[in-house]
Amino acid sequence: MTSRRILITGLSTHWGGRLAQALEQDPAVEAIIGVDRRPPKVELQRTEFLRVHDSHSLIGRIVEAAEIDTVVDTRMVVDSIVTTPRLAHENNVTGTTNVLAACSGAGNPVRKLVFKSSAHYYGAERADPAFFTEAMERTEPARTLIERDVVEADGAVRDFATKRPDVTVTVLRFADALGPSLRTSLSHLFSLPGIPAILGFDPRLQFIHEDDVAGCLEHAVRDDLPGVYNAAGDGVLVLSEVADLLGKPLAPVLPPWGTGLAASVLRRVGVRLAPETLGLLRYGRGVDNRAFKATGYRYRYTSRETVIKLREHQRTAAIVGSSQEAYRYERDLEEFLRRSPSVRPSARDAAPANLPPGERRGSAVAEAGYDDLGADELIALLPSLEAVALAELAAHEREHAARPEVLRAIAGLQGSEDSG
Amino acid sequence: MAQQPTTSPAPAPGTDLRPYLPGLEPERQVNDWGRSERVEAFFDRTLTEFLYRLWFRCEIEGIENVPADGGALLVSNHAGALPPDAAMIGKAIKEEHPHPRPLYLTAEHFFKGYPGFSMLLPKIGAVPAHPANVHRLLYDEGQLVLVFPEGRKGTEKLYKDRYRLRRFGRGGFVEAAMRARAPIVPIAVVGAEEAAPIFAHIRPLERLTGLLYFPITPTFPHFGLLGMFGFLPAKFRIRFLRPVRTDDMGERPWDDKALVQTVAQDVRATIQDELVEMLGDRRSVWFG
Repeated sequence: MTSRRILITGLSTHWGGRLAQALEQDPAVEAIIGVDRRPPKVELQRTEFLRVHDSHSLIGRIVEAAEIDTVVDTRMVVDSIVTTPRLAHENNVTGTTNVLAACSGAGNPVRKLVFKSSAHYYGAERADPAFFTEAMERTEPARTLIERDVVEADGAVRDFATKRPDVTVTVLRFADALGPSLRTSLSHLFSLPGIPAILGFDPRLQFIHEDDVAGCLEHAVRDDLPGVYNAAGDGVLVLSEVADLLGKPLAPVLPPWGTGLAASVLRRVGVRLAPETLGLLRYGRGVDNRAFKATGYRYRYTSRETVIKLREHQRTAAIVGSSQEAYRYERDLEEFLRRSPSVRPSARDAAPANLPPGERRGSAVAEAGYDDLGADELIALLPSLEAVALAELAAHEREHAARPEVLRAIAGLQGSEDSG
Repeated sequence: MAQQPTTSPAPAPGTDLRPYLPGLEPERQVNDWGRSERVEAFFDRTLTEFLYRLWFRCEIEGIENVPADGGALLVSNHAGALPPDAAMIGKAIKEEHPHPRPLYLTAEHFFKGYPGFSMLLPKIGAVPAHPANVHRLLYDEGQLVLVFPEGRKGTEKLYKDRYRLRRFGRGGFVEAAMRARAPIVPIAVVGAEEAAPIFAHIRPLERLTGLLYFPITPTFPHFGLLGMFGFLPAKFRIRFLRPVRTDDMGERPWDDKALVQTVAQDVRATIQDELVEMLGDRRSVWFG
C-alpha cells in the first residue's frame, strides 16, 4: 500500500466512517482526515474531522497543508430523497470540480484518487444490455437531475485521469446500496407494507450491501487499481423476488402509461418515489461486476443476501428500534481526547496517532536490517524475495539510499517476473 | 424477433473474466437473466406440450447438429403473427436432444418496454436482442441462443410472401458468433408460416396500441386478444442443418465486414434452399 496520508470526503456516510475505522488500524497510514457536511456517525480514534460546505471549495487547502497523498471521494449524493436537488447538484458537480482542483496543480502531493460513482451512470432504459460493462455508455441521455449529476461528475473524473497519468484514479460505480444504516429511496419503498411496482413490469435489480461499499473502497485504497470498475453484489434479482424475500406483497399501483402522473399522486400521500427510481421500476438494471472481482475483491454479500439482511433489519428494528443514534459526535470531546496533555497515554494508544507531514514510522523493510547490507550483498539476496517484498524493498530503496545498481537489479527482476 | 445490433460489445479488457462469473444461488427463483424455471416448466407442460405433440405434430430432423455443450448460435426463419416457431425449436431440443439444454431467445427491445410482455418473456428465456447479451450468453456462459435475423421483417410479412426469407440485416448475428467463436446452426422450419398467417396490417391501430404491428389473421382481431393464439394446425417440420464453424476464420474475422456479409448470405441461402426442398417434398400443409 502506497497511501499514507489519506483524505476521506463524505466521512459521515456509512462507508466513509467504516473506511476510516479500517484505515485507523493500519500503522502504515500516517494521517486520516475526514470532511463532510454533517458530523461523523461512528466513533473514530484518530481521524480528524472538518465540517465543510456542500461545494467542498476549501478542500485544496486541506490537501496542501496536510500533504495528502490519497483522496477517497465518497461524497456523491446518488439519491434525490436525501437532499434538495440544488444542494445535491452543488455537492455532486461543483463539489467534484473542487475535489479535482484540489488534486491538481504544480507540486500537488496527491498520487491517488478513489472516486465513488454510481450505476445511475448507465441509467435504466429499454434498449439497455442486461449487464453493463465498464466500457459501455448509457443508451439514452440522462433524464433526471441525479443521473445528470452522476454522468457529469463521472466524466469529469475520467477526464482528470487521462490528463494526469501520474495519479492513480479509481472510479467505482456502485449498484444501489442497501443496509441497516442507509436511508435511500429504494430502502424506503422496501419498508412499505407492499412494494410499489409498475403494472406489467418485473424489473431486474442488483444491490450491494453497505459493508461491501466500504470494503470496495478500502480495497481500492490498499491496491493500486487505475480505471473504472462496477461494484455490485453477485446475482440480479427481479422485483417480485425481492418482495418475496422481504415477505411482502407486490403492489402494482403504478399504471404502465401515465406513470409519472400516478407517481406524483403517490408522492402527495407520502410515498417517496424518486424520479430516478421510476426507470429502475420499469426497466431495471444489471451490471457486470467481474472486472472488480478479478482485482481480488470478494464480496461479502450477494444481492439476495443483501435483501435478506435488510429483511432481518426491518424485523428487528420494528421491535427493538434503530440503534442509529448510539454515537453522537461532540467536537470538543474529540479535540480533548486527541490533544489534551491530561489524557492518559494508553487511552490514545489504542490506535496509532496521526503524524505530521514528513514524519515516518519505521518501515518493515528497515526493521529487517536491509539498510546495513552493502549493495553487492543486497543484490545477491534479491532473487530469493517474493514479488510483494521486492516491491516494498524497491520503494524503500528509492526513498532512502537510492543506489542505482540496486534499483536496476530490482527492476530487472520485476520485469522478468511480469513477463514470466 | 431479433434486432440488428447497433454497437459492438467492448472487447474484454485483457483478462478472461469467465472464471468470475457468479454462480446461481440454489434458493433463487429466477436466474440473473430473469428466467424462471417454474414459469417455464408450467408452459412446457401445458401450452407448448399441446402444440408440439397434438396441434403441430412436430417432426424433427438433424437434432445431432445442435452441439451438446458450449455456446452455439441457432439461426432460423421466422414468421407468423405471434410466432410459435421459437417455442417449438426450444421444445424440440428439450425432447429430442440426447443432452437437453435450455435455449435462450433474443427478442426485440420493444418487448422490454411493453407491459405484460416485459414481465413474461424473460421468465421463459427471452433476452433483449443486444449484442452484449448475445456475447455474454454465447461466450461467457456457453449457452444456446436462438436468433431470427429477419426480425420484424419476418413476423410481419404477409401470407402471400411465405417462405421467402427477408433480408438478414447487416449480419450482426454472424459477428456475434465470430466474437464468441461459437458455431452457427441454421434451422429451417416449415409449418410456422401457415400456422399464423397475416393477411393485412392495420397501420392506424398499430400506432394507437403502440404494438409492433396490428395484423389481421384468421382469428385476430375479431376473437380478441386470445385470437392471437388462434394457430391453424399446420404440420411442423423442423430441420437442424450442419453447423457453420466460426473459430477457423482467422484472428479477428468480425473486422472483415465483407466476410461477415458473405457468411450471413451463405447461412441465408442454406436455409432458403432447404425450405424450398422441404416444401417440394410436402404434399399437404396440414398433414405434411
